[in-house]
Amino acid sequence: MWGLCKGSGSKPYQAVIDTSGPAYKCSCPSRKFPCKHAVGLLLLWSADEQAVPAIGTAPDWAEQWLKGRRTRAANAESGPTSAAAGQVDAEAARRRAAKRAERITAGAAELEQRLADLLRGGIAAAERPGYGLWEETAARMVDAQAPGLAGLVRELGAIPGSGPGWPMRLLEECALLHLLDRAWLDRSALPEPLAATVRSRVGVPAAPQGPATRDRWQVLAQYDTADAKLTTRRIWLYGRESHRTAQILDFGAAGRAPGIALPVGLTIDADLTPYPGAGRLRAALGERYGTGATPDGPPPGGTATEAVERYGRALLDDPWLESYPTTLNAAIPIPPKDGSDDWQLADAEGELALPVTPGAAARAGLWRLAAVSGGAPVTVFGECGHRGFTPLTAWPRGAKEGVALT
Amino acid sequence: MTSATTTGGTGVEGAGAGSRTEAEGRPGTGPGAGSRTEAEGRPGTGPGAGSRTEAEGRPGSGSWTGAGAGPWEELVTAALLGTDRRPGAGTPGELLDAAATQTLRRRAGLVPATAGTRPPDAPPDERPALPEAARRRLALLLADRSAPAHAGGRRGSAPDLGELLPQWLALANERGLRAPAELLPALLDAARARTDLRPQALAFAGPRGLWLARLNPEWRFAQRGASGSAVLPRPEDTASVQLLWQEGLFAERVALLGAVRAYDADAGRALLAATWTTERAEDRLMFLDSLRDGLSASDEPFLEQTLADRSRNVRATAAELLSALPGSALAGRMAERAASCVSLDRTGEVATISVEAPHECDAAMQRDGVAPRPPAGRGERSWWLGQLVESAPLDSWTRRLGGRSVPELVTLPVADDWGDELHAAWCRAAVRQRDAEWARALLGAPSAAPGEGAGTASLAERAKLLSILTEAERADWVARFISAHGLSEAFQLLGVCVVPWAGALGRAVVDALEIARDAGSYPWSFSGVMGLAERCLDPAESPRLEALTATPPEREGASPGAGGYWAEAFQRLVATLHLRATLRTELSA
Repeated sequence: MWGLCKGSGSKPYQAVIDTSGPAYKCSCPSRKFPCKHAVGLLLLWSADEQAVPAIGTAPDWAEQWLKGRRTRAANAESGPTSAAAGQVDAEAARRRAAKRAERITAGAAELEQRLADLLRGGIAAAERPGYGLWEETAARMVDAQAPGLAGLVRELGAIPGSGPGWPMRLLEECALLHLLDRAWLDRSALPEPLAATVRSRVGVPAAPQGPATRDRWQVLAQYDTADAKLTTRRIWLYGRESHRTAQILDFGAAGRAPGIALPVGLTIDADLTPYPGAGRLRAALGERYGTGATPDGPPPGGTATEAVERYGRALLDDPWLESYPTTLNAAIPIPPKDGSDDWQLADAEGELALPVTPGAAARAGLWRLAAVSGGAPVTVFGECGHRGFTPLTAWPRGAKEGVALT
Repeated sequence: MTSATTTGGTGVEGAGAGSRTEAEGRPGTGPGAGSRTEAEGRPGTGPGAGSRTEAEGRPGSGSWTGAGAGPWEELVTAALLGTDRRPGAGTPGELLDAAATQTLRRRAGLVPATAGTRPPDAPPDERPALPEAARRRLALLLADRSAPAHAGGRRGSAPDLGELLPQWLALANERGLRAPAELLPALLDAARARTDLRPQALAFAGPRGLWLARLNPEWRFAQRGASGSAVLPRPEDTASVQLLWQEGLFAERVALLGAVRAYDADAGRALLAATWTTERAEDRLMFLDSLRDGLSASDEPFLEQTLADRSRNVRATAAELLSALPGSALAGRMAERAASCVSLDRTGEVATISVEAPHECDAAMQRDGVAPRPPAGRGERSWWLGQLVESAPLDSWTRRLGGRSVPELVTLPVADDWGDELHAAWCRAAVRQRDAEWARALLGAPSAAPGEGAGTASLAERAKLLSILTEAERADWVARFISAHGLSEAFQLLGVCVVPWAGALGRAVVDALEIARDAGSYPWSFSGVMGLAERCLDPAESPRLEALTATPPEREGASPGAGGYWAEAFQRLVATLHLRATLRTELSA
């Protein structure tokens, strides 16, 4: 997108924006970034797309900048370093990784010990006020450079007293944490893809590993979750040709929006590079070649039974999986009856339904889903897991354009 | 390709025999392949059948609540109490191994639940869809409501989107457009928070909005509101009308009566008269009120009967309705009583009205709706007088007071300080009888200072009188009032003018704002009028306003910084006018 803005000088300022970044460039001398001309252009565009007509070809100055940007991005990825330096770096990295693994191993062993202590005394103790195991243990895991373990421990802390059945949920999560500990400690015996899953669950950073898949990736959903320190953005993509589902993660420091923004319904022609690990759908967004003009309609989907089966099968690759992306072909949302808070998504045919994950989806999103359905079946994309189905995007019957529920 | 179960097995050195057996023994075959079979074979036979049977045999093993029986239940009990207290449970490690296996087994073996009752289908909505730009605009207007940007303090120069929502809804309803389904929840939430939005919002939400509101107790207000229209029978369908009138809910019956009354005034009254004696007092009051629309002389017999009603409020309303019919018997009786109190005294140099307020409120007066007990702080005789005069037909005064014209009548001096009382009662009578000639006379000249000359000084009374003049006359009177007196007392009067403001009125307001700025005051002293102007000024006025959006040079004696604030306020005014013009275009696309 580009525009000219008449400033005080004789030559108008040339402002150009790459909405896929987003990135901005303007010929004005402002040190603010993005400058007011770029922001103005964006405002015009967001208020009325017709104000910035799509004429296909950009003027030379805009085209040049875009081209330069893309080349730089490509260069940054290939990373031109000399072979010798690479070797030294690799050696140092290996040493660092080994050291980190040692620390994590110590952390995992300690966590095992603490879980054993908890089980020995009984998890009923966890409900007593002032029970300080979780925060302190989480801090120990951070020290052990295992942020994944730390996060899981912190989540354990929220379970005691969280409503009926909490001892069962706590035992489940303790058991899976124990499983992860054991898997880490014995990772040399695991096949590599599973070992990679374990590493990533524990919190060892990994880089995306090729080969990249170029496809027309349809944005199925985008939503943010935030805690005090971090905003996490999750974007689900569906490859219209590869029929693969992938997730992009992006982060923003407290209170800041993450950098990548892909609205639901957009289709981008782009490279995606997967992260290692069996059953892991995370990928990194690589080069982008263009944007689809028309919405693609919902991805193929199935019934409620097929949705839980997909999740069950995904557990084979990654037993710690909370949920798995799934599309329900024809589901009818059933709002809660008086007093309760239990939504359901029922198959249009038959008597089966998936419960909606309690507390996961925003209330407003669920009512939007009910409104869009009007009692008729809709196609719903969401995450199906052991706690239920979390609807993220809905397509009314026959509609190409999805309604974001997040 | 590795299975969850294998991980459980591999990860556990020296796991207890039990969990080991379960982990390995379940699928039996090679790692991975086995539990794969489980997932795929769940509904089928073969190796998976085992776990299938288990899932069914142990209630809830594949259920969503996870409350299980059998081994899992035992594990939870052991975990709660601790392995120290349950020697049979093995070591903590063994307990966790077994629990991991059970957890994954449950998760992998989940089956859908039984569906509850599906909601009924939403009735179809045949209205055409909103243009795309208008749909996005509505989303913005509704989103702004939930996050007011200017909470506290100055409002800045950005338009207040929430204030434009009522106009947007009115325009969309005028054009008969359908609300986008995905915005219905936000629309209903907005209507829930703002009662003034409800009629327009519910009309716009249409049948699907009502359908949705029925599912959510938070939107129950929609059932009470103007909702009935969707299900009302056609007024000429007598059988259905009778059925609903006999058996409908109160809100439905009120809506039905209104609809029938609008279609055929006599039929509406007949409907009410048939069941009148069986209605509850508060319902009678509401039903009676709906006769206000389409009131005519043929309603008189029914109303006259109603004067004997058991409920005082019903009697008072019936009397009020009758007095709005200048030809009614009640109006005649009131005219007689009022005439006995008010007379022309020609003994002095100038003709003067002399008033002798009633000395008692007899039973006949009370039957005609005169309330005997005055509110605190008012004398009972003047209270009775006011009620007599406001219910007497206005044209009776011309005869009674020497054949004078109305403007002459209202300028006649009144003896003994009865003037305010008498004029106030005439104002109420003019409004009740919708008498434009009297209203005009009582308003007086817009340029006359309040309290001077003829007419009433009360702004509330003036606003009411204005509302019975034609739209053009109203705008013209208020424009001249503002030109003469400025804006400080104009707010209430502007409120009765139709939107968008007529040209002369708009110009008068803008001029007065400019004068106020030049006088050196701050714009927030006029924030009420400013807000009204943003909503009501014709967008065609905006070119005239552009000049005012610049910050004027600071004058001597002006409030510090006022110029900048005024510029900001005018910028917001212009921006809002632009936006309103855009809203209109978007909806017409």
